Amino acid sequence: MFADYSMSELGAIFAMQGFAGLILFSVFVLMALGLAIIFGQMGVINMAHGEFMILGAYVTYLTSNLFGDYMPALFGTYFFVAMFLAFLASGALGLFVEWALIRHLYKRPLDTLLATWGLSLILQQIYRSVFGAREVGVTIPDWMMGSLPLTDLIEVPINGIFVMVLAVSISIAVYVMMFRSTWGKQVRAINQNRVMAGAVGINTEWTDRLTFGIGCGVAGVAGSAFTMIGSTGPTAGQLYIVDTFLVVVFGGAGSLLGTIASAFSISQAQSIMEFFLSGSMAKVLTLLVVVGILMIRPQGLFSLKLRK
Amino acid sequence: MQSSAFMSRKEIIGFVILAALIFVIFPAVLDNFRLNLFGKYLTYAFVAVGLALCWGAGGILSLGQGVFFGLGGYCMAMFLKLEASTPENTAIQSTPGIPDFMDWNQLTELPWWWEPFYSLPIALIAVVAVPVMFAFIIGVAMFTRRVGGVYFAIITQAFAAIMTILIIGQQGYTGGVNGITDLRTLLGWDIRTDEAKTVLYFVNGVLLFAVLLVAQYVRKSKLGRLLIAMRDQEDRVRFSGYNVANFKIFIFCLGAAFAGIGGAMFTLQVGFMSPTLVGIVPSIEMVIFCAVGGRLSILGAVYGALLVNWAKTSLSESFPELWLLGLGGLFIAVVMVFPNGLAGVWSEKIEPRLLEIMGKKKSVAPAPDGAPAE
Repeated sequence: MFADYSMSELGAIFAMQGFAGLILFSVFVLMALGLAIIFGQMGVINMAHGEFMILGAYVTYLTSNLFGDYMPALFGTYFFVAMFLAFLASGALGLFVEWALIRHLYKRPLDTLLATWGLSLILQQIYRSVFGAREVGVTIPDWMMGSLPLTDLIEVPINGIFVMVLAVSISIAVYVMMFRSTWGKQVRAINQNRVMAGAVGINTEWTDRLTFGIGCGVAGVAGSAFTMIGSTGPTAGQLYIVDTFLVVVFGGAGSLLGTIASAFSISQAQSIMEFFLSGSMAKVLTLLVVVGILMIRPQGLFSLKLRK
Repeated sequence: MQSSAFMSRKEIIGFVILAALIFVIFPAVLDNFRLNLFGKYLTYAFVAVGLALCWGAGGILSLGQGVFFGLGGYCMAMFLKLEASTPENTAIQSTPGIPDFMDWNQLTELPWWWEPFYSLPIALIAVVAVPVMFAFIIGVAMFTRRVGGVYFAIITQAFAAIMTILIIGQQGYTGGVNGITDLRTLLGWDIRTDEAKTVLYFVNGVLLFAVLLVAQYVRKSKLGRLLIAMRDQEDRVRFSGYNVANFKIFIFCLGAAFAGIGGAMFTLQVGFMSPTLVGIVPSIEMVIFCAVGGRLSILGAVYGALLVNWAKTSLSESFPELWLLGLGGLFIAVVMVFPNGLAGVWSEKIEPRLLEIMGKKKSVAPAPDGAPAE
């Protein structure tokens, strides 16, 4: 199958395909980071995670309309404001959901799964009633359009680069929060031993709520970033949820590095196979391999040794 | 102990009431269209009963029951489709004698794995055997490695996703997103007439009762007690010398077999099978049927399937927008407010009141299996 291509063309194909994989990787990382905090650190299954992302996407959509209508001069910068607002909106919703729902269910993880699924259905219907069933797209600022020609054959889209930069910076931000801040220290302490953490004076209830809120806020930022590369519909969140969970579980719950490594391997595998097979078969094969590996190694790629 | 008997008196009454409802009251009250609809709901009850055993008793939450429902349904649909695609019926195709969707997708030959489905006995065996085999592979891989709880739920959900993508992607072999449609006869017997639909409804009811009796037997047997013990204290059961994984594999396969039968009956009564019944959304909806009925109660599961689907049909007929809100609210309510579902409401609230009114000064025992735990 390679006979028709010259060497340089092949190289270009692999480079572009690899780059497409990198964009997919960034998307996976963005999706999975919030979940890695919520599921990895708290052990809460949040099936409404996708809907929190979509909330961020809709906030971005609203912000872009607002800037377009009232502040066209500043339109180039609206995205940064939108990202901040998306974080606040999703985070606030997260805080509320934790207070109303999740905190009653910490002892029953499977029930959390069902309740958050119910929440996701409700949110979907609300999005549909408010924004309509059709997908909406935002106007991308001019500086993000177009692509950078690297060589004669290789071109990379700017919005893809932007999403990658975003994924890297958010990963670093989450890392700093988890491992350098007081909050992160408290979260990890609670994860290791909740009772002892409480005994040394950590407000476990508040830390849980904050953790959930921050996880949801990161999801909102991810959703905001997605508007740069695709459109947003009320049910789009559901499409991501299985992938996202597999990324986190495959990486090893509780390990931030594992999440990033698994996002990288899954996205690269998928995009490289997409070149040889049809899109759906590439997806099926990737998922099967991931599930197969999880069957052999249920704890995921990187696992923390914990005394439970 | 009284409960060592196959059924307590209360359970016999419960079975009789359900039988009266399904075999006498529904056919007498409902017109043909509605009866067929209720027949469709009852096919979901097969899945819900399986889940009551797996999840309620065993604590294994599978979010992939739609896969087994679909596998059973597809096995049946493949047989019916082959019967409908005789060379005479499909003479206008470029390759007569193969199902129409294969012809549309430029297939010129029946794939080898379709061949066995020319035979009804093989198809009927496959309806149970294929889901069970699948469940067995998943079960052996997961349970012997002690994967359980939420991880099991997520991985079974991934299977539901894989299955849907596969069916939709392989359009030429599976009928794609439309599924297998236009099914006509079963061994020359037209399944689309009102009369046939009534007969199928009763066959469905009888099968459901057979499944319920098997489930009741399992629940009352030593296996059933072990399941509950495993759900609550898995390690103690293991330390007592039992092979926990084998029991889990068995109950998971049994649930899959029930789901497969339900799927086959769905295909027969509704007349098609499509990936919309396989994926993540239907699979998790099947869990809610079981949860609404009361995850511990096999009879409750049947009522749950009936009630939720009936609500779905009537709500989405009149207020399509409310349905998703209602379903979402139901998920939350069933978890937060009444975790034992209808069966719990019945045994905790209604039954004591009823007995009080009837003047019996008898204290009612709590639900036989105790509260659910994770």
